[in-house]
Amino acid sequence: MNTSGWIQLILFAAALLVTAKPLGLYLCKVLDANGKTFLDPVIKPIERLTYKLTGVDPKQEHDWKRYATAMLLFSLVSMLFTYAILRLQAVLPLNPQKLVAVGEHLAFNTAASFTTNTNWQSYGGESTMSYLSQMVALTIHNFVSAAVGISIAAALVRGIARHTSQTIGNFWVDLTRVTYYLLVPICVVFAVVLVSQGMIQNFKPYDSASLSDPFTTQVPKVDDKGAAVNGPDGKPVMVDQKIDAQTIVQGPMASQIAIKMLGTNGGGYTNANAAQPFENPTPLSNFLQMFAIFAIPSALTYFLGRSVRNQGHGWAVWAAMFVLFFAGVMVAAHYEAAGNPNFTALGVDPADGNMEGKEVRFGIFNSALFATITTDASCGAVNSMHDSFTPMGGLVPLLNIQLGEVVFGGVGAGLYGMLIYVIIAVFIAGLMVGRTPEYLGKKIEPKDVKMASFVILILAFSILGFSAWASVSKMGAPDATGALTDGTNNSGPHGFSEILYAYSSCTGNNGSAFAGLTANAPWYDTTLGFATLFGRFAMIVPILALAGSLARKKLIAESAGTFPVSGPLFTSLLVGTVLLIGALTFVPALVLGPVVEHFLMHAGKLF
Amino acid sequence: MNTIIKETTTAVLATLLFALVLCGIYPVIIWGAGQLLFPHQANGSLIEGSDRKTVGSELLGQNFTSAKYFHPRPSSAGTGYDAANSSGSNLGPTSQKLIDAVKQRVADYRAENGLAADALVPGDAVTASGSGLDPHISPKNALLQASRVARERGLGVDVVKTEIDKATTAAQFGILGEAGVNVLKLNLALDAMSPKK
Repeated sequence: MNTSGWIQLILFAAALLVTAKPLGLYLCKVLDANGKTFLDPVIKPIERLTYKLTGVDPKQEHDWKRYATAMLLFSLVSMLFTYAILRLQAVLPLNPQKLVAVGEHLAFNTAASFTTNTNWQSYGGESTMSYLSQMVALTIHNFVSAAVGISIAAALVRGIARHTSQTIGNFWVDLTRVTYYLLVPICVVFAVVLVSQGMIQNFKPYDSASLSDPFTTQVPKVDDKGAAVNGPDGKPVMVDQKIDAQTIVQGPMASQIAIKMLGTNGGGYTNANAAQPFENPTPLSNFLQMFAIFAIPSALTYFLGRSVRNQGHGWAVWAAMFVLFFAGVMVAAHYEAAGNPNFTALGVDPADGNMEGKEVRFGIFNSALFATITTDASCGAVNSMHDSFTPMGGLVPLLNIQLGEVVFGGVGAGLYGMLIYVIIAVFIAGLMVGRTPEYLGKKIEPKDVKMASFVILILAFSILGFSAWASVSKMGAPDATGALTDGTNNSGPHGFSEILYAYSSCTGNNGSAFAGLTANAPWYDTTLGFATLFGRFAMIVPILALAGSLARKKLIAESAGTFPVSGPLFTSLLVGTVLLIGALTFVPALVLGPVVEHFLMHAGKLF
Repeated sequence: MNTIIKETTTAVLATLLFALVLCGIYPVIIWGAGQLLFPHQANGSLIEGSDRKTVGSELLGQNFTSAKYFHPRPSSAGTGYDAANSSGSNLGPTSQKLIDAVKQRVADYRAENGLAADALVPGDAVTASGSGLDPHISPKNALLQASRVARERGLGVDVVKTEIDKATTAAQFGILGEAGVNVLKLNLALDAMSPKK
């Protein structure tokens, strides 16, 4: 890594470190139903009105079952809302490009994916979604799925912090306060800054620019009905087409992108996501977008420490996350800068690294950094194409997702995921010294460990189960039109990596892709849609059950044998637990994909 | 059962209310602020030609194939720099298709620019960008194309190099990102100084 890379990394880490405390303190107020913030004069009346209109009594707290019921019903209703808009977009307003209705399986996949904070996209935004679909059907989930994640994390932290208590909070109050006091105000400022860098925000139809240097290209011939014409050899007939204009995408982008990053959603306005120049115009917009992904997850560790009255524990969790983040960046940046030996053999300057799928304004380092951050968290926005990364550079995002996106992680989801590992780490430490494991003054009992293990197992089951099925099924390899074939866009071990990445990304609610896989086929849309739902709700419900169980427990006095949950020893144990569980579960699959490909690439074997 | 009905009602009302606030009021506020404070950027950083027709956006690359223009990076967006279909190639590092394409591009690049058969070719010149709309090429890539463009236009190489400097964006604040040459701006500047042949 060169000096400029180091400086940018240090800047990024410093920004993360100095904002953790102030933003964490603010979170403490937002996540307390009676908390007072400096925005109260403006927002308090709107908050009260919201409770009144939706029939919520903000003073009433609920047990975990009621909390989970409310969360599930809200997710279901808002998912149906999105599905309906996508299916009806052709007859709804704000559709200047006259885009047609979104198909059944794609609409299901998209609704599931946005509801679960995944934002996996089987479509190109600019050619599929009307302004209304982008602005309403999708953006609403960018906000509320993020708010749901933070609410769940807050409920779990309350469960840990409380004792002999039946309740863990009120879902509607958490949802409303997080949205109004945290997400909206930051997004308003952030979106305007993004516009200043060149991001669009308008309601114009697409513009057309006339080219100074028109060119001719070959395109498939189509008949009157728009279907491709095949020649006698079965291949499409190609005809010359003169291209003398460029269509320029317009629309309300900045408002959507601000929450896309801050809410770790990652669903792009355009197909190329944050690589598309409007969606990420400058290195500054890139830096701020990366920071927005990690800002809330980093501050949530401070909220944890504060809530459980053990700030050392909060920082120990932060440190474990940072160690894993740092290691990922180092590996990804190293392999991307080292480049592809097959390029070097052809006379490409090896000093330039692997530039396939990367933008000049970001270069190697910012592409590797972005890829690491977006998969450490459950964001899934991309500023370079992960599919074209070198095998080991691409292994980093893949492994990050498979570890459960607990390295800072998705908003809320990162913290509750990491707390599952904390419970397991404490359990393992208890086993090693031969006493009942304790966590912050509470006994960790078999039921709690079962819930934690269930969360880990559902991740492995969904990722590995679906990947195995897709790998041996005919349906796992559709062509560009969705018809079944015998291979993917990239065959060999890379083809397997693409499938593994797809199910990892959806189960992990990430949404980034090795995008060479043609995923907009009925079978993929459906199974990936289910993977997003498993990965979200099959985790959240046991986590809320765990929160309920922890809240009910009695406090026990700390003794000389209590394992401390702060300090370097605990941080090391936590990092070790994450890596050990991740490695035991996923290394065999990773060896079949990226690792094999790495050695084959160096041997010059192509597919 | 009562709980379920009550919570479902709240869910429906909350969805509608949040849709109004987050999808109606919020984007309109950003739209207003953007149009008021940064109208050029909010509308796509468009560049107007001499006849006030839009010729492109400062942020989006365009395809240039004639010898007298600087050439952008290879593009996988639609038919090439199709800004309604942004896309990378998504070809992996061991893809035969990718390596064949790079091989062809290396040969073409050397031939076009009169480079030696073993000259190193800049990475960005022979790889497709992530968006297929990358507005930039590396300064190294631009300098290697300078003598071809100068010859085709009957300009001095120094003049062309000065134009490259003008179209170069350095790393932001001297720290963030990488330097790049905006191909569209550079080519438009050259067109403005020498009448088209």
